[in-house]
Parts: sequence; structure tokens; C-alpha cells
Amino acid sequence: MNDAAMVWNLVAALIIGFAYLSAFVLVGGLLLRLALYIQTPVPLKIVQTPGPKSAPGVVARIAGDVLIFPNLFQADRLLWLGAWVFHACLFLILVRHTRYFLYPVPELVIDWQTISVYAGFFFPIPALYLFWRRLASSRVLYISGLPDYITLILLTAIASTGMLVHYFARVYLVDVKAFTLGLVTFAPVPPPPHPIFIVHFLLVCALLIWFPFSKLMHAGGIFFSPTRNQIDNVLYPRYVNKWNEEVRVD
Amino acid sequence: MTEKWTDFAATALAWRKTNSGLAIPIPEVDEGVAATMVCHPSKAKDMKPIALPTERVPHWQARAIEKLRELLTKYRGLQVYLDICAQCGACADKCQFYLGTGDPNNMPVARANLLRKVYRYYFKRAEKFLGGDAEPFNEQVLKEWYTYFYQCSECRRCSVFCPYGIDTAEITMAAREIMAAIGVATKYVTEVVAKVYERGNNLGIPAPAWIDNCQFLEEELKTETGKDIRLPVDEVGADVLLVMPSADNFANTDTMMAYAKLFYALGISWTTSTYANEGGNFGLFLNYQNMKKVNKRILDAARQLKVKRVIWGECGHAWRAAIYTNTLNGPMDFLDPPHPVHICQFTADLIKRGAFKIDKSANDDLLITYHDPCNVARAGSLLEEPRAMIRATCNRFVEMPRNTIREKTFCCGAGGGLLTDEIMPIRMAGGKPRAEACRSTGANYLAVPCAICKAQLPEVMKHWKVDARVGGVHDLLSRAMVL
Repeated sequence: MNDAAMVWNLVAALIIGFAYLSAFVLVGGLLLRLALYIQTPVPLKIVQTPGPKSAPGVVARIAGDVLIFPNLFQADRLLWLGAWVFHACLFLILVRHTRYFLYPVPELVIDWQTISVYAGFFFPIPALYLFWRRLASSRVLYISGLPDYITLILLTAIASTGMLVHYFARVYLVDVKAFTLGLVTFAPVPPPPHPIFIVHFLLVCALLIWFPFSKLMHAGGIFFSPTRNQIDNVLYPRYVNKWNEEVRVD
Repeated sequence: MTEKWTDFAATALAWRKTNSGLAIPIPEVDEGVAATMVCHPSKAKDMKPIALPTERVPHWQARAIEKLRELLTKYRGLQVYLDICAQCGACADKCQFYLGTGDPNNMPVARANLLRKVYRYYFKRAEKFLGGDAEPFNEQVLKEWYTYFYQCSECRRCSVFCPYGIDTAEITMAAREIMAAIGVATKYVTEVVAKVYERGNNLGIPAPAWIDNCQFLEEELKTETGKDIRLPVDEVGADVLLVMPSADNFANTDTMMAYAKLFYALGISWTTSTYANEGGNFGLFLNYQNMKKVNKRILDAARQLKVKRVIWGECGHAWRAAIYTNTLNGPMDFLDPPHPVHICQFTADLIKRGAFKIDKSANDDLLITYHDPCNVARAGSLLEEPRAMIRATCNRFVEMPRNTIREKTFCCGAGGGLLTDEIMPIRMAGGKPRAEACRSTGANYLAVPCAICKAQLPEVMKHWKVDARVGGVHDLLSRAMVL
């Protein structure tokens, strides 16, 4: 084995190690966060009224929040459009990427292939809008911190490198699939030796690590927001706070 | 056919007009402009009876962080909301205190960030590592907290516009509870809670004065109606215990007399209690313990007077605390269900069932509009009942623009323990959106079922030169009721 091959094997091993590490951090971090949310009590009814009067109503409200962002629509139409398109693109891109981890590829993913590729090309536009918005309004500029910018840059960089390897500097797909399937079946093989692909892949790993520790947790946290997930029945039946007894009065 | 179409178009236009939003000018960020508007600090004599440290505790920084840690394990809302805010800024221009002042720390997201940066520093180092704003809890941060968490009226308007329903009131309440634990609170809020423990009500009205006032109002009613309408006090065995804001006994006497006429017309025996002659609960603005303790007095009085039912009067935060009563001090099963009951629910239901003889024309001199108090509407689910009452008692009722009413209502600008004179500029700034909304209707009577609003809004209307009288919802019934 020559030196170049040895170096490449070492790099490949590092990439694979990083991939597993990031998956571990994502899953572990997510589980810990969600477990924390679940076990933290909700002492009082703070439901946002008028709210749903029944459990199915709550499911519908949360589903609405996840799918169409009704509160944001009321707040700011342009932001709503930008944010919705941004998330719709992300969703389509995610769906498309399941083809690299599933065998055989589900029919839905194949059907959606074309539109999902368009979503990938289109993604930088809403991302750029969200970035521009942070700078353009004195209010949003004031609240924007480094992580807000980094998250947008990271996502845009991932999308751009993805489109590069899909369209302009194509990576050999059979190699990609061998690599990704190898990862999910715990029989890893080296990644395709394609620098842009490797950058794309490493950025995704970085995003996975960043996810549970950042504001990206809004994706999971929204299901635990008491104002949105409580039933609007403040009067009956009695709502019990399990630490109420501990608070002594006289 | 054409006529019908024009009719339709006219109706649609009219609908559009009445349903269009109020255009509220949004100020640019003006850093620190409200930083000097600070509430007076609490006094030791008030802190002692409400079980709070009389001065800043030793090692207050460590104590505060310990308290934050405790609250994080007790309130899911706090934990989730500190984590998931995407800093999108949808709420930024929705708070009346930002709209009124332009101080960026009055944007709900920035207000929450004052706590979030401390949370990041001690509990979420990963975000700090990536350049997120993080700061240890120090004198400067405490000063910011004290200033801006007491420029929030906990009205929750921001949560209506947040894609995740982040409730800044939860954050404000946590910050206030942390500050209280280290001995930092405002004079106004602590004084009021201490007065409740001493005298039974927020205004500190002693029992003899309360009884005196009630007798005086009985005489007033006699002159007005010629009938012996009573305002009973401490009557054991009455059917209903009415807990109104104590201001009704003292300042909003029209509302108080309206209650008396209401029960007189119904023939229901009722009473007030000198032990708990206050529905308002300033513990809500301070900490859980005091909220629970203030509320407990009401149920104690109900047991003592052997009433069948407790009805809460025209008060905002009384109702927000009332809907927690079953959780805090319950079970309330010694009372007739449903409980708790707000007087507007009670009255609206009876009006619907035809219990009163009403002459609507008695209110024809008024063009009425209705202000949803944040705690009655957004926190307390009572959107329809007060409106039903107004429609049943008045011919001339007009709604304010739709982005300023119902669950999107603006706070009067003095809720959450802000009804204190030293921060008058903040109160007037916060009241501006409501004043403009009221002006746009041309109404001359602003109906409000909340004592805080009744104290604040007349000042606001005067300040912004809106010619509208402020009064209760029951006042209108009282005027229209034929006895």
C-alpha cells in the first residue's frame, strides 16, 4: 500500500468516525432534551385562548402549527412566506435524501424526485431572504446573534454543496449509496473520493451535532409548548399540579 | 338583480371597514430609551409579611442561579421557551411597550433574551461556545431584569403571534420569582400583597370603612331607585360570595351598585367578605407561594360564610388567578359547580334566559366599544360573554379594529403590577395602541370588565386626548335594567 492510499484510508476512517459521532450526539442529545421536556411538570393551565376544547382539537392545532405556521401568518405575511418556503424546501430535500439510506427506495421518494431537486436549487432564495431580513430591520438586527447567522450559513452551504455534487460536479451515485448504506448497516466503506461531496457530508454531520444544543430544537420543542398543547378547559376537570403541595402557605 | 349585487358589495365593504386592522406605526429601535423608567424598590416592612428577604441576600448571584435551576425543573414552559426561540422577531412589534417606547428590550424576544443569556451562560454552554449571547448574573444584568421585567405586563399578546406560542409572561414571572428570592421586588407589588394579608384587600380598606362604603352605596341606590337594595357584608349562609376588586367598593362604585341591583333583581342572597374582599391577586406578579396564599383567603372565606358559590367580579388578574384556584387551593367541590364563575358568565347566562327586564334605550346616549382585558380574554377565555351583555343592554355597540381586540387585544398598559405612578411614562406609552384603537371607533364609552384597566384607561384617554369615558360592563346593565 502506498502512502497516498494510507492517508486516504485514514481520512476515510476519520470521516466515518465523525459520522457515527454526529449521529450519536444527535440521537442522544435529542432523547435527553425531549426526556427533559417530558419529565418537567406543567404546573398551571396556560393555554392560549380561544383554544381547542378536546384532545383531537389539540392534535389539530399542533399539526396546523407544524404544517402552516398560522401564528406567523398573523404576525408578518412576508416572513411567513419566507419561513414556510424555507421549511417546505428543507422537508422535500430531507424526503429525497432518504433514498440514500433506504433500499429499495420508496415509491413516494421516486415520485417526488423532480420537485425535490428543484427545492434544492430554490432553497438558497428563502435562506437568503431570512438572512437579509436579519440585517434589514433594526428590530431583527438587534436580536440576531452569531448562532442565528451561522445556522443559516450552514444550511445554505449544505444545500449549495449538495446541488454542486448533484448537478455541476457530479459524484458517482453508486459510490455514495454504497457509503451511506454501509453506514446505516454498520458495515462502513470509504466515502467516494470527491472533495465537494466530503465537504457536503461533513457539514451535515456538523449540523446534526449542533441540532440538539441550539434553537433548531424548535423542531421538537413545539410539541411541548404548553400554550399550544393544552386543552382549553380551565374550569373543569380540576387540573392538578404535582408540586403544589410542596408550596406551603401559612 | 343588480340591486342585490350592489347590496352585497356595500355589505362587503362595510364588513371590510369594520374588520380592517388598525395601522399602528412601528418605531425604530431606540436603545435604552426606557432604561430609566424604573419602579421604586420594595420596603422591608412589606417584604417581611410576604415571606421574602428584607434585603439583598448574601451570595445573591449563586442564590439566583440556584432558583433558576429550581424553576427549570418545575416549569416546562420556561424550559422549553428558553430553548426553542428561533429569534425570528415575529413578536418584536407586537408588544404595546415596544410600540410605545421603541426600547429594544421591550420587544418580547429581547426581553426574554435578558433571561436567556443568563440561562445560556450557566446551563447551555454549547450555544455560548458558538457565539451566542451569554452573560453571568451580575449587578448590570440584575438592573436590566429589574427594569424590563417590570415593564412587561404579562399580558401574553406576543404569544399569539409566536409560531411556537412562546409565552413571555412565563419568562417574566420566572425572572420576577428569581429576583424575589434574592430580595429584589417592587414597592407597589409587595405593598399590595402585604396589604391583602393585613386588611384583606389590595387597597388596604379596613373592615369598618368597607362596611361604611357599602352602607353609603345602599343609600345611593335608595335615592336612585327608591328601593331597599342591599350590599351585604359578612353574611353567613348567603348563596353567593362575591369577590370583586376592592376598587369597586371605593372608586368604581357604579359597578359595585350594578352588582347589588343585579342580585336584587334576581332575588339571590349574596355577600362580600371583609376577610377576602379582593379578587385581584398580586401574588401572580411575584411568586407562586404568594399567589397561592392570596387565593386561599377566598376559599377560606367561602367556607367560613358557608356560601354555595363564589363569583369573581369585574377584574382581570383576579380571573387569571381564579382559573388557577382549583389547582392551587382546590378541590373546590364544597361549592356548587361550575367553578370558578366570572360575573360576566353568570350575568350573560341569565340575560340569555330572560331574567331581567331591560330597556336598551337607556344607553342610547352612549356609543359603546369594548376593551378586552388581557387576563379576561386572552388568559381567561371570556370573549363572548361581555359582548353578549353589551349587545343585550345597548343599541349602539361598535368593535375596535380586529387586530386590537379578542385574543389580539392590547393590554391597557398597567397590568402585571405596573399600575404605579413612578413609571407613568411607560404606562402612557403602553396605553397608546389602545387609545388609538378607541379613537378610531368614535365611541364615547369604553366598557371594561377589569379594575386595573378602569384605573389606567381614563389616564390614558386623557393623555392621548381621546374623548371616551371608561366604565364597567355591568354599569351598562345597571343603567338599562328596569326594576
